[in-house]
Amino acid sequence: MVKRLLVAILLAVAALGVPVDTQQPEPKQQEEFLPIDQLPPQDQLPAAPLLVTAYCFVVLALFAYLISVARRLGVVQRELDRLQSDARRGGT
Amino acid sequence: MPKWFFPGAIVCGLMFAVAPILIANAPYESTMGLVQKIFYVHLPSALIFLLAAVVCGVASVRFLFGGNPRHDRIAWAAAELVVLFGIITLVTGPLWARKAWGVWWQWDVRLTASLMGWMVAVAYLLLRKYGGPGSDKLAAGLALFGMANVPFIYISVNYWRTIHPTTDVLPTLPPSMGFPVWFTFATFFLLFILLLRMRVRLEEQRAQLDALYLSADA
Amino acid sequence: MFARVVWLVLRKDLTVEVRSLEIAYTTLFFAVSCVLVFAFALVREGRAPEDGAAGILWISIAFAGTLALGRAFERERQSETLRALLLAPAARPAIYVGKLLGIVALLAACEIVLVPLVALLFQAPLLAQPGWLAIILLAGTIGFAAVGTLFAAMLVRARTRDVLLPVLLYPITVPVIIAGVRATATLLQPEIDMDSVRFWLALLGCFDVVFVTLALWTFEPLMTD
Repeated sequence: MVKRLLVAILLAVAALGVPVDTQQPEPKQQEEFLPIDQLPPQDQLPAAPLLVTAYCFVVLALFAYLISVARRLGVVQRELDRLQSDARRGGT
Repeated sequence: MPKWFFPGAIVCGLMFAVAPILIANAPYESTMGLVQKIFYVHLPSALIFLLAAVVCGVASVRFLFGGNPRHDRIAWAAAELVVLFGIITLVTGPLWARKAWGVWWQWDVRLTASLMGWMVAVAYLLLRKYGGPGSDKLAAGLALFGMANVPFIYISVNYWRTIHPTTDVLPTLPPSMGFPVWFTFATFFLLFILLLRMRVRLEEQRAQLDALYLSADA
Repeated sequence: MFARVVWLVLRKDLTVEVRSLEIAYTTLFFAVSCVLVFAFALVREGRAPEDGAAGILWISIAFAGTLALGRAFERERQSETLRALLLAPAARPAIYVGKLLGIVALLAACEIVLVPLVALLFQAPLLAQPGWLAIILLAGTIGFAAVGTLFAAMLVRARTRDVLLPVLLYPITVPVIIAGVRATATLLQPEIDMDSVRFWLALLGCFDVVFVTLALWTFEPLMTD
């Protein structure tokens, strides 16, 4: 019943056809092509630092998460081993 | 760990080694030049961010209505990956935007919705950590609302006039650019599966630990 | 039967509230303080920032709403009436709708005081189009309260419920707030672009429908424990 309701809602919304492109800011349009050395100095951004930072961040983030999961796994595994060896020694 | 895990990890490592070569050999884009190469990590991580949110949402629904703790573990793991890939997307994007658009950030629909989706995932993790007993079901409810956000993020860029490139860019990519980006996507996808499996294993071990403690007390 | 349960729950909440007026007064005062703080912070040389009124109005509603939600369910928790409600032979979604309408009524009462106050302090023509403003406020409040009621009810038994409610609520309701602010701001322009207002209202309506549907669907499994 709920699923039918959801489908009905989606169809109703699609049928609304409300204009969606009102009040949005215009994206920057290029009027002419300027060679890059004619831009004022503050617009000439070197791309390499941004690129390097981006890729370094990706590698670091993935690595950090991997280390975090591995560390947490290690902690739990050690605890499990300790409990299991205690149980065996305790003879339960 | 299942049998496919370690071979999969090796394959993933190799793919990660090959990917930068492919990316470096891809041609420069005409208007954006060198900085456009961030696209090759930004797009795959954004797609995995959305995929992880969907996985989290679906697993949460199945947990909420089925009660199987395995789904809850998958949901929690997927939520952590939403935060991880979300932060990668939300950092690489502005770094690219600074050069391509001239601004670090713009409050347009896609960026705002992505940021909110990411915050929902962070809220999920906070709820799991500090919510106390019963927070698994509550977090599942939250993830459901967060997942409703995902299609909105993806299609928003096609319906609102925005400075962010539309999804039409993807099918029209030339093969010299298309192959590196889809290769990197495959790499990230494999990594996502591996990380998900690892994280689920952590929860399985925790559950086993809890069960052992409970049986020791009994 | 559904409507009867909704009416009973709503009447119970309103009766309890009217007797003490505790939540109403404290929430209202908090909302007014919020608006005043924004006034002191943002008004410069007697002039408020452009578009400021719309944003400040909605922020105050959101903050006051969070407070009201927390208090309303804290009251249920303290008297253990939530368990009694859930044990009653009533459809859970009906209980949810009853509580939702109670919260919406409370927030509506706050808004009736807040709108003239914001209009006065920020010199904004909020009362120029009362009909449209009322519809926008109602749609936004329902969207906010729909998610808020669900989460507040969910969190009643959680440990750090006071801080977790805003943490969970705001990221989800940000689209509602954005749509509400943009609709109100458009209404405040000297020449009102009615198409734009209708667009934002349609978006608000969309969110309301999605949120209420999702909440109705998940209220039952979330409240069984």
